[in-house]
Amino acid sequence: MKRFVHFLLLLGIWMLLTWSLHWQDLLVGAFIAFIADLMFGDIYPVNAVRILNPVRFFWFVVYGVTFLAYVIKANFDVAYRVLNINMPIRPGIVKVRTGLKTDMARTFLANSITLTPGTLSIDFIGDHLYIHWINITSDDAVKETEIIVQRFEQMLERVFE
Amino acid sequence: MNETIGLILLIVGISFDVVGCIGLVRLPDIYNRLQAATKCVTLGTCMILLSVVFYTGLNSIGVKALLCIWFVLITAPTGAHAIARAAHRSGIRLWEGSVMDKYADDKEGTEDTA
Amino acid sequence: MIVFVSLLVFCVFLCLYRVGKGPTAPDRTVAIDILGTLVVGFCAIYSIVTKKDLYMNIGLSWALLSFIGTLALAKYLEGRGFDE
Repeated sequence: MKRFVHFLLLLGIWMLLTWSLHWQDLLVGAFIAFIADLMFGDIYPVNAVRILNPVRFFWFVVYGVTFLAYVIKANFDVAYRVLNINMPIRPGIVKVRTGLKTDMARTFLANSITLTPGTLSIDFIGDHLYIHWINITSDDAVKETEIIVQRFEQMLERVFE
Repeated sequence: MNETIGLILLIVGISFDVVGCIGLVRLPDIYNRLQAATKCVTLGTCMILLSVVFYTGLNSIGVKALLCIWFVLITAPTGAHAIARAAHRSGIRLWEGSVMDKYADDKEGTEDTA
Repeated sequence: MIVFVSLLVFCVFLCLYRVGKGPTAPDRTVAIDILGTLVVGFCAIYSIVTKKDLYMNIGLSWALLSFIGTLALAKYLEGRGFDE
């Protein structure tokens, strides 16, 4: 079942890339999707299929919209810091804690942190995430966690866990 | 109408690209440069690709542009993370004006015992 | 369109300045990574001008291949093997 969903996903991407419904294209696409699924099917994240659940899908859309808003805000933030003559930066590496358990959710969390204002994820050790922050505003670990991680954590928990 | 939206997206995207590259030159150390460059150039290129969709409509070019947006959004932060981790592990210090470095503090404790 | 292409060429020169000057190896790697993303932008503008999907194909493959190159360089800098 899982393999079949992956096969359909790969075939869909192939059809989008070739953008034709000719039977020869479909045949080659099915063959290549089958081979790719045989070779790499077992390293897919296990619960990628569960995103098809409508409740999870709804929260994924909510997450996407919030994420886009933060990305645009991040860009104006960086533009302000770069173009200012005095360069108002106060960088450093902080350590925050996350409650997410699955690999997929952690990947999304780290990538979202990299693309949101002033933060860049560097490493994951255990439950702790090391983050380069361009403008540190507090010294307290709990408050840092609140500012950086909790923007996305609850939504990602509803989507992936 | 579609061409106007495409033109606006193109202008905004290219200005973000320029800001990101200025940041790449101006900022003091590797981690700050990564922040500016990754964020601005990723969103700038995504906006250019989105303007392709508005210019040409949803034909084979537009769909490829949408797929390209997806790939860029997934790969750019991952590449930035890999470079930042490699830089820190190969021993490059932060800029002198930095406030704290908890990663180096923690790593010194664990690497000697491991 | 010529204005936009010239602005992107200006970006490429800023990146090349960082590649040439960058005090450490990761600085150069970042600049090369950004250069790859800028090339995708070039391909997008060319596909708007010529209305052919050939350039979008190039852009797609360039985005994926430059990502793999960045990962390989990062692993090399970190001093690990490629098979980890």
